[in-house]
Amino acid sequence: MSKLDSKIPEGPLEQKWEKYKSSVPLVNPANKRSLEIIVVGSGLAGASAASTLAEMGYKVKVFCFQDSARRAHSIAAQGGINAAKNYQNDGDSTYRLFYDTIKGGDYRAREANVYRLASVSANIIDQCVASGVPLAREYGGMLSNRSFGGTQVQRTFYAAGQTGQQLLLGAYSGLQRQVGLGTVEMCARHEMLDVVVIDGKARGIIARDLISGKLERHFGHAVLLCTGGYGNVFYLSTNAMGSNVTAAWKAHKKGAFFGNPCFTQIHPTCIPVSGDHQSKLTLMSESLRNDGRIWVPKKQGDTRKPNEIPEEERDYYLERRYPAFGNLVPRDVASRAAKERCDAGYGVGASKMAVYLDYKAAIDRYGKTQAKKLGVENPTAAQLREFGKQVVEEKYGNLFEMYEQITGENPYEVPMRIYPAVHYTMGGLWVDYNLMTTVPGMYALGEANFSDHGANRLGASALMQGLADGYFVIPMTIGAYLSKEIGVKPISTDHEAFVNAEKEVQATIDKFLSIKGSKSVDSFHKRLGKIMWDKCGMARNEKGLKEAIAEIRALREEFWRDVRVPGTNNELNPELEKAGRVADFIELGELMCMDALNRSESCGGHFREESQTEEGEALRKDDEFSYVAAWENKGNHTYELHKEELKFEAIKIAARSYK
Amino acid sequence: MSHGNMNLTLKVWRQKDAKAKGQLVTYPLTDISPDMSFLEMFDVLNEQLINKGEEPIAFDHDCREGICGMCSMFINGQPHGPKRGVTTCQLHMRSFKNGDTIVVEPWRAAAFPVIKDLTVDRTAFDRIIAKGGFISVNTGNAQDANNIPIPKPDADAAFNAAACIGCGACVATCKNSSAMLFVSAKISQLALLPQGQVERVARAKNMVAQMDAEGFGNCSNTGACEIECPKGISLENIARMNREYYMANIKE
Amino acid sequence: MSTATSPKFLQSSLGKKLVMGLTGLFLISFLVVHATLNSFIFFNDGGLIFNEGAKFMAENPIIRAMEYVLFLGLILHCLQALFLTLQNNKARPVKYAVNNGNANSKWYSRSMGLLGTLLLIFLIVHLANFWVKSRFTGLPGHDANGNENLYLVMQEAFSNLWLVVLYALAQISLAYHLMHGFQSAFQTLGWNHPKYTPVIKSIGFWFSIVISLVFAAMPIAMYAGLVK
Repeated sequence: MSKLDSKIPEGPLEQKWEKYKSSVPLVNPANKRSLEIIVVGSGLAGASAASTLAEMGYKVKVFCFQDSARRAHSIAAQGGINAAKNYQNDGDSTYRLFYDTIKGGDYRAREANVYRLASVSANIIDQCVASGVPLAREYGGMLSNRSFGGTQVQRTFYAAGQTGQQLLLGAYSGLQRQVGLGTVEMCARHEMLDVVVIDGKARGIIARDLISGKLERHFGHAVLLCTGGYGNVFYLSTNAMGSNVTAAWKAHKKGAFFGNPCFTQIHPTCIPVSGDHQSKLTLMSESLRNDGRIWVPKKQGDTRKPNEIPEEERDYYLERRYPAFGNLVPRDVASRAAKERCDAGYGVGASKMAVYLDYKAAIDRYGKTQAKKLGVENPTAAQLREFGKQVVEEKYGNLFEMYEQITGENPYEVPMRIYPAVHYTMGGLWVDYNLMTTVPGMYALGEANFSDHGANRLGASALMQGLADGYFVIPMTIGAYLSKEIGVKPISTDHEAFVNAEKEVQATIDKFLSIKGSKSVDSFHKRLGKIMWDKCGMARNEKGLKEAIAEIRALREEFWRDVRVPGTNNELNPELEKAGRVADFIELGELMCMDALNRSESCGGHFREESQTEEGEALRKDDEFSYVAAWENKGNHTYELHKEELKFEAIKIAARSYK
Repeated sequence: MSHGNMNLTLKVWRQKDAKAKGQLVTYPLTDISPDMSFLEMFDVLNEQLINKGEEPIAFDHDCREGICGMCSMFINGQPHGPKRGVTTCQLHMRSFKNGDTIVVEPWRAAAFPVIKDLTVDRTAFDRIIAKGGFISVNTGNAQDANNIPIPKPDADAAFNAAACIGCGACVATCKNSSAMLFVSAKISQLALLPQGQVERVARAKNMVAQMDAEGFGNCSNTGACEIECPKGISLENIARMNREYYMANIKE
Repeated sequence: MSTATSPKFLQSSLGKKLVMGLTGLFLISFLVVHATLNSFIFFNDGGLIFNEGAKFMAENPIIRAMEYVLFLGLILHCLQALFLTLQNNKARPVKYAVNNGNANSKWYSRSMGLLGTLLLIFLIVHLANFWVKSRFTGLPGHDANGNENLYLVMQEAFSNLWLVVLYALAQISLAYHLMHGFQSAFQTLGWNHPKYTPVIKSIGFWFSIVISLVFAAMPIAMYAGLVK
């Protein structure tokens, strides 16, 4: 326990951040100029942090593996971003957003961090609008909000179905401004392959120029990891193909503890897998659940077409099980319910691993109101349908179009098939209130850290956290560390720590290329994904997890014996890049299973079959597991568990119920 | 071969590195499912190449859901292939027929040099944005977001321009390799918003100057870019950029 | 943001584009005047009104001055086009093996250089036929009103079938050149509006057809003896 100091400021919850800001040590402008900061990753967290730190006067270097900072996967977020603005006058407040986030996270997040997140949320919207992000507006010119993810207030700001894109491009343009001003050096198509730690402090990184293959050493007084989540450990996920855990994992191996690695969010509305060729899964915005009804046939293995199944033979299982929230239950609940039905043999589609999301009722309902609105008397059935379709198209047209592009089916006529898919990882590097990992000088921001979402993230909160960390938190908290570093002159990259780190990275690359085995990197990744999905996915149990650990160890051994990585090091070599990422995923997968095994309670996205109520609902065990599991890498694939106890002072813990 | 699957002939541009001379190489492919995306077909091909001991084909891709703008293939003479309004990652094989020959080339432009095979360097776009594709507001300087009411039509028009994903299809398809649709989308977005007014003159001048310096060609209004843009960015933006630029030069 | 790095307006891509558009529109305005005056032959009065018009054009000092402006505009339009084409070619040093341009644009929009070159060749022949004679080498006699008889030169020229064919074919080039050029010039000037652009496009389309037909009708009518 002693190793984990969360550094939460004293005082009442509402005053912690304000007091912290006014008492945190500052770095004077002249000193900022000589302090160098490395930012790895250029998504919402990375881009906003880099540009803000550069504005403040620090010398910043940004690294991303994509060809441009603008490609980071934050860009793919569809739904929106939460902020406690209370523009809708519906009683929203910082406290409510805080409360919803803690409750949504199933009481496994740190109160102080979440409260700070809620309290800066409003500033994020101001900042984004000021920098030209075209968020949706009402006719009066004011910002528009929608409700999202089972909350009772409308606090989600959005830009059609492309909120992540617009926010990222806003942050990216701020970053490019600094690049143009010469205060940020941008290193695109570079992948961080190790952290350099000198005298216990993070002092730089080893990066590979992905075009030339050259290894580079970069010094920094501090290193910020803004490298996103690790959902791709499951092979199939809604993450981008390149999203990976490598930066975080290398940091972990250099001493940063990994927090709650098993906390994974499975998103309920994704387009199901269509075959073995599948390379990724596409999410469809959760907003579809606002109007769509989810069902499966009442008969097992029913092979009739959906439109041939009469109403009374359909099981609207969410409405049946959760009458209060119905189709709008939180993500983890909806996902598990779909899995339960499919596992029990009620699944639909060719794979039988899908459920229907049906818009017929919505089209009928909207058709009637639209006919009234247009003053059409005695409309025909065809007219009603046409009116209804028009309304649905206006609200969800782009999503329906996307569905049709991918599946070749028309969702206005045939119910959509959906199935849950891995979407977000709440776990990540353990950080204290300052967002610093257990390695001094090394920080983790955004999805890469574990801090704010507990065991389950609410919709529209990921964008909020990424930008909160980057725009408002780190620029303050980094001063606490850097104010003591002003005397440190840039360390030469000829220092033996740099030399050794580079040698190790080089050795690993050489090893990959020399194995010359018989199986491709992807084939290992797919096998890892299957183990993780089957045994550490939506539902987990002791037996399965133990099997998974054994299987992953065997897979690791086979990987290092039999992987085939073509090409050389001195060129653009995507297979080599993938090999490094998959090697790290295999190690992470084992730790995730260990963490899931350790946590023999059900909470949020983590469902242990041994811990459920008689009705099959998740059963949390607060007496035993009200802690953050922070894993220390002891080398040689051994890990030591450290616990940070979670204290709830402002909120009374209660069981989550959506009945 | 399972029902509905296809046999295809692929002709793919292979080029070892930026300096090497490239060529089209023919690869026969069998049993391709119509449900595969175009990039998944490339995954299948690469897996086969690796198993045969050959070098897989390098191509850019990341999100595979049509929004990051990283994928970039010139397929049978069109950027992102024959289907309108989609990126290559969202193009599915059901857009092709059994027995088809598909020619795949990288984006071709002096300003987008080939790095390897189908991968090109599009950092010219980043340099253009760095010259003015932003609003100079430091973090912490913002006023309340609703203090700046923006008429919905303006906000929507700005959003439509901002939907650009920076993939470069406009440059790739333009007979002149012109980048005007890309540049005008950003200039338009910011010109349409009240927040963008302060730097309007400098933005138009600086971004156009950088665009020219990068070696893109000139616009001759063929309209191909608008048709091939996966996000439907309109030619109206180019007209707006023209106005912005002329006015900027009249003023200063 | 400072603007220190901006090149001179006319050297910028957008400046050059503006020159193309403005000179193009100017040349279009000339076409209107030219077509209108030449249509005087359709009075079918043995060229009396036509020669009257020609006299006005030859003697009016403003028109005379405009002739220089016209040539300047033409030369600018051609040179700028040449320069832009060279630059555009440089912007794509390696061509596509397969390029399906018809999928996204009209062939004539992509062939403005070719169409323009054909027009230029035609123009040289045309100037040699009429303008050189009327300006420098002198015209053959006078008509009944005592005006110089340009009409006669026309009649002589358009008794030659090959020349008539050349003129008619050149009008096809002109039609396609204008079909793109007319609406393109407005786009270049920044006049693109969802409400008005369709109108401009349709005016441009019909203008291209009508003006080319009018020009083509003259040699054909004369050769066929419809105009005497």
